[in-house]
Order: sequence, then C-alpha cells, then structure tokens
Amino acid sequence: MRKLFLAVLIVAVGLLMALPAVAQDDGLTFGMILVGPQSDRGWSQAHYEGGQYVEANLPGSQMLVFESLNSADAPETTLLQVVTEMVDQGATLIITSSDAFEEDTDVVAEAFPDVTFINASGDNAFTGEAPANVGNTMGQVEWAKLIAGCAAGLTTETGSIGYLGPLINGETRRLAASAYLGARYCYENYKGGDPAALTFTVTWIGFWFNIPGVTLDPTAEVNTFFDNGADVVMSGIDTPEVMTVAGQRAERGESVYGVAYDYAAGCDVAPGVCLGVPYFNWGPAYLDIATRVNEGTYTPEWTWNGPDWSDMNNPDTSSVGFIAGDGLSEENAASLDEFIAMLATFAEEHPDADGLPTAFGLWEGPLALQDGTVLAAEGEFVKPIEADNPLTIWYLPQLLEGMVGASE
Amino acid sequence: MTANRTTLRVALLVAPILLSLLITAVLVLAVGKDPIEVMTAILEGAFRNSNAIAGVVNFWIPLTFACLGLVITFTAGLWNIGVEGQMMMGAVFASWAARTIVLPTPLLIPIEIVLAMAGGAFWGVLVGVLRVRLGVNEIFGGVALNALASVIVIYLISGPWQPPEGGSAQSTPPFPAESLLPEMSPEFPVSLLALVLALVIILTVYFALRGTRWGLNLKATGKNPRSALLLGVPTTQTALSAFIVCGAIAGIGGAYRVLFTFDSLRPLPSGGIGFLGLLVVLMVANHPLIAPIVGFVFATILAGSTRLRVVLQLDQSLAEVLQGFVVLLVLMANGLRGRILSSPRSSPEVVQEQPAPTTVTSAAEAASHE
Repeated sequence: MRKLFLAVLIVAVGLLMALPAVAQDDGLTFGMILVGPQSDRGWSQAHYEGGQYVEANLPGSQMLVFESLNSADAPETTLLQVVTEMVDQGATLIITSSDAFEEDTDVVAEAFPDVTFINASGDNAFTGEAPANVGNTMGQVEWAKLIAGCAAGLTTETGSIGYLGPLINGETRRLAASAYLGARYCYENYKGGDPAALTFTVTWIGFWFNIPGVTLDPTAEVNTFFDNGADVVMSGIDTPEVMTVAGQRAERGESVYGVAYDYAAGCDVAPGVCLGVPYFNWGPAYLDIATRVNEGTYTPEWTWNGPDWSDMNNPDTSSVGFIAGDGLSEENAASLDEFIAMLATFAEEHPDADGLPTAFGLWEGPLALQDGTVLAAEGEFVKPIEADNPLTIWYLPQLLEGMVGASE
Repeated sequence: MTANRTTLRVALLVAPILLSLLITAVLVLAVGKDPIEVMTAILEGAFRNSNAIAGVVNFWIPLTFACLGLVITFTAGLWNIGVEGQMMMGAVFASWAARTIVLPTPLLIPIEIVLAMAGGAFWGVLVGVLRVRLGVNEIFGGVALNALASVIVIYLISGPWQPPEGGSAQSTPPFPAESLLPEMSPEFPVSLLALVLALVIILTVYFALRGTRWGLNLKATGKNPRSALLLGVPTTQTALSAFIVCGAIAGIGGAYRVLFTFDSLRPLPSGGIGFLGLLVVLMVANHPLIAPIVGFVFATILAGSTRLRVVLQLDQSLAEVLQGFVVLLVLMANGLRGRILSSPRSSPEVVQEQPAPTTVTSAAEAASHE
C-alpha cells in the first residue's frame, strides 16, 4: 500500500512538473520589435496590431513588444540586446518590423541560429544574403498606392499634388511612383485633365518619421506643399503629420485634402479632409508564419503578399487594403470604385506565379525613369522583381519621368 | 564637530538617491506594477549574464570618455554643451578612416582613434575660439556646433557615404570587418582596447588635474579667472586647451559608438551620451574618479531597463524618470550641502570641494579679456 502511495505520489509530482512545460510548449512566444511607437497611428501600430492578431488567433501565443528602437529614442539599446532579452523570455520567432533593422537582423540572427527571424519589407532572403534563419515578408501595397494616387488625381483642383516621402530607397521610390501613376491615370481618364499639366512633387524628410535635428520637419514640409499650391498631399511616412496639417488648414477654411498611409485607421486623425488610406494588414501574414514556426514547418522565405480582390479590406484575407475617406466626393468615389474594379480585373488576368506577382496595374510602357532610361517600352509591363535587375518595380532605381523630386 | 559634518555629507549623498527611488516606486505603484519587480528586472537586465554585463559596459565606455572630457572643461569653468558634437565629429573622422584606409586591424585601429581624437578636438577648439576670440558664449556655440555636426552626419549618410541601394538617414554601409574594434569574446562582447583606454584616461585625467601645472591652471581658471590672470595663468590658452583635450577624449567615445556599438555611421551616433555625461559630471562635482562610478550606475539603469520593456512591458521612460530624479535631487542636495558647509564655521578645505563650473561666465570673460 505504501509503495502504491509512493508510486502515485511520484507520478503526480512528475505530472505536475511536466504540465507547465507541456503548456509552455503549446504556445508560441514571439518578439515584435518596432522602429517607432506602438501607438503611432502608422507603420509601427499596424505591425503591433498584426501581432495582436496572432495572439488572438494562435492559441497560447504571446507577444513581447519593444517599441521605438532607434538611435534617437533608445541610444543605449541595440537590436542584439533586445533580441537577447526576448530569447531569454522564450521567444522562438522575432519580427523586426522595419528596413532600418535589415542589416542588423542578419548579424543578430547568426548569433541565434535556433530562432526564426522575420524582417518585414526587406529582401535579403530573396537575394540570398540573409542567414538561413531569416525570412522576409511584405505586402503589395503598390496596388493600394495606385488607388490612393487615383483619389488624389480625382480630387485635385490646382493640378498639384505633394507626396511626403520618408527616406530614399527602392521601396519608397516604387510607392511614390505607384501613387503618381494612379494620380496621372485618374487625372486624365476620369477628370479629363492634361497629365502633362499635373504636378506631382516628392519631398523626402530623411527617415520614416520625424527625428528633430535629424530629419526635415514633416509638419513644416506639408505646410510648404500647401503654401506652394498643392491642394492634396499624400503621406508616405510612418506618422500622421499629413492628416494633422490638412485638418488644421481645412479648419481655417482652406480647400485642402490629405491621403493617409500605413494604418487602417489613418483617416481618423482628420476624417473630413481624408481622401483615403492605403494600408498594411500584417495579421494574416504574421499568423501564417507564426503558425508554421510553432508547428516547426516554417522554412525562411521571401513573400510579397497581395490584396484579396474580392474584399480588399477583409482583415482575415487581405494583406493590404484601401479605405476611402470622407473627403472624397460621391462622384469621385464612384470613379474610384470603377478604377478599383479595373485593377481587380487586371490582377485577375495577371495572377501571381510561383508566389510572385507577374505585373502591377498601370506599370505598363511607355515608362521612363527621371534620367530618360526606358523602364518599359510601349505595350510592355515593368517586371515586379527579378534578381540582379534594377529595372524592376521592387528595385526601382529612380522616380519616374514626370515626377518632381530627388531620386537619390 | 567633524563627525557631525561627515554624517551630514553622507546623509546629503544618500538621501537624494533613496528619495528618488521612493518617488519612482510610487510612480510604479501608480501604474499598477510592483516596484520590487521593476528594480529586480533592471538589475537582472543589467547583470543576469556576461552578455548583459557587456551591454552595460558598452554603454559605460563612451559615457566615461564623455565624462572625463567634461571633467576637464568643467574644472576650467566651461560648460561644454558641445560635447555631443565633439563625439559626433570623432565618429565622423573614425568613420572616414574605417571606410577609406585599407590596413590590417592592428595598424588601422590606432589611426582611427587618433583621427577621432583630432575630429573631436577640432570641434572642441571651434567652441573655444568662438568663446575667447568672438565672445560667443560656449553654451550657445556648443548647441550650434552640435546641430551642425548632426547635419554633417546626416549629409554624409544620405549623400556621399550612402549605401548603394540609395540614400537615407539610416546609416552608411557596414564598415569592413578589419576596421572594427575586436571583441574580447562572444560571451563578453566588449572591446578590451577601449576598456583599457578608458581606464588609462581616467587615471591620466586624475593625475593631470592633481599633479601638473596644466591641472593647476585649469583649476585656477575655473575658480577665479581674474585672479588667475593676475597671477600669470594664461587663461585663454588654458580654456582652449581644455576644449581641445575634452573634444579629443569625447571623440574617442564617438569612435567607439561607430566602430563597436554599431558597425557604421548612423544618425546621432553620440546618442545623447554627451548630455548624460554633463549630468553625471555635475552630480559628482567634477571628480574624475567618481564620475566613472556614477556613470556605471546610470549605464546599469539604462541598459537594465531594456528588460523592463520586454518583460514587464513598462515604458523605458520610467528608467529615465528615475535617472532624472536622481540627478535633480543630488544637485539639490549638493546645493544644500554647499550652503550648510560653506558657513563661516566651515573649513576652507570643505569649501574647495564645491562644484566649480558656476564660475563659467567670469572664466570666459577673463579669457576673452586676456
């Protein structure tokens, strides 16, 4: 009897000791490292909410967040320190949510070969430069930028659109260019304007958000756009200064509009003057990656995820979206719907192949770069991405001919 | 009487630290967290293993360089706010060498450090010349040169030194591996060379201030520049030399940031470390041996607070609040101690231990009238 009691006791203690371990094994702990604040109403908040989506849909998962990792806000902290802390807390998946972390992610990942790293918006997994435990993911927000540009082209009365860009690289050039193509197309085909007379000016502030003393002041730059005759300013940065300034000037009686960026609720800052917001919905991609990491089936890869054309704003299926704003007139909203339907048809006719897009709407020749280099001849589409080919949308080396602003 | 005074001095040193901990604890309670848990997280974050300790040391090294440089200018009665810019220019000059010169590591590193010292010294002497020749207060000159240094860094990153994929305000491409300071070991990633250099400079500054004519001139200029001038102290040269030496030492701190903390030139490479150094040196009343110790405490709080954010999801500004209260209360206690101990009954020896930089205006004026 005593032996039986002892045996039961040992088994019970053993089970009690094993249970927490089993419970821990069931859940994925993942780290989310943000370059800006998690409540920036822009890029970083979109990622943060993508992480929350994973927590809500992957039972037992837990997110560890580190916000504002940049040299101005956290000079004492390096990516290595943050990752070390997160791995100590049991993280087996680390998401570094900015291209600002691209190089450091590769270096740090080599120190943690058993941890999976995802660098959002990067392409080192595509080029083969990344270590074996680093993957990349990005949304095809080019589509949403085309739509946003269309909204701007439909609305402008002065024929002058400003685009507030962050820093200059392939990503930011192609997004500004997508907005320009959308604006030009709709200005000509729906509004009846002369595309040559449309002024599309890009100003780069130098980083993804304002760092006093380091970047140009985005608030001042938006005001400069409006002062110089633009009546629509589009945001390409992580934070909502465009909408804030547009809202302030509209309150003073000016007829000006803004286009938000990055975050689905971006228009909330100044809804009355917002033409819409092209945004990322990171939840589905992150859930897919987290689920596979948790199951042990994830192999690092590079993905560029498109919209769900049956419902661009479906939070469970679409990686990017566009929400029209209250500032868009009924007539222009109808034209915009027509434009979106046209893009959806185009996308249906040009489906992704091997996980890669084959063509983007309006990225069709004749198109040239600012220095005159032919990007696509008449009837040709610009290739979305191709290894070692800079004349692609992903690596766009300059702004397009017709755009005003620095290419490098 | 002496025992009473000693007790008072100790009390005025310990009380502000305890009080700032108490205030922070109340704040932590107000946001619904356990203060003991917070303090434990900071200490664990800083000391839980050799890698974490290395994180503290890697922040402490450039902070120490900044502090030691500032001890010199403060001793001369000069508020060298421009130390941030001097660190940045040290980083720029070191970056130039790292990008341009192709040599084996043992030959390249000394060149990088010497150039970083030259860059910091150059930026320091500009503040000095503006002060002694053109009468521009070193605070205003320093602030302007900090901004200018930042603009230069951004220009280089987004212009001539931009990565091949395009300009941005993020960083230059990584420097070649042979141009970077080697780490002691993967378990303790700290640069031995920088650590030794920091210790050498601590001792050098200590003995220079204590036992050399230059140190005496700095003290004389700082305490009473008019009298110093009348007694034959070359206050202009002394002030300029203080800026040069401070800039050179701070420049090494800037080099450390780009050659070890990072592997490239980044915006604000100084990262506010110079400003933190100002607070530290103010707190310790220019003492070259105590400044590194207090700097280590600050480095511990800041590096350890990374864990606050990851584990407790508390904002890192809590650590900055703690740091701010420590500085504020210690400075208040210093002032109080000065008033109490400098009463007519106090000995001259005690009075001499009061902070010196309050005489800045007169020091600079004397220098400019020399």
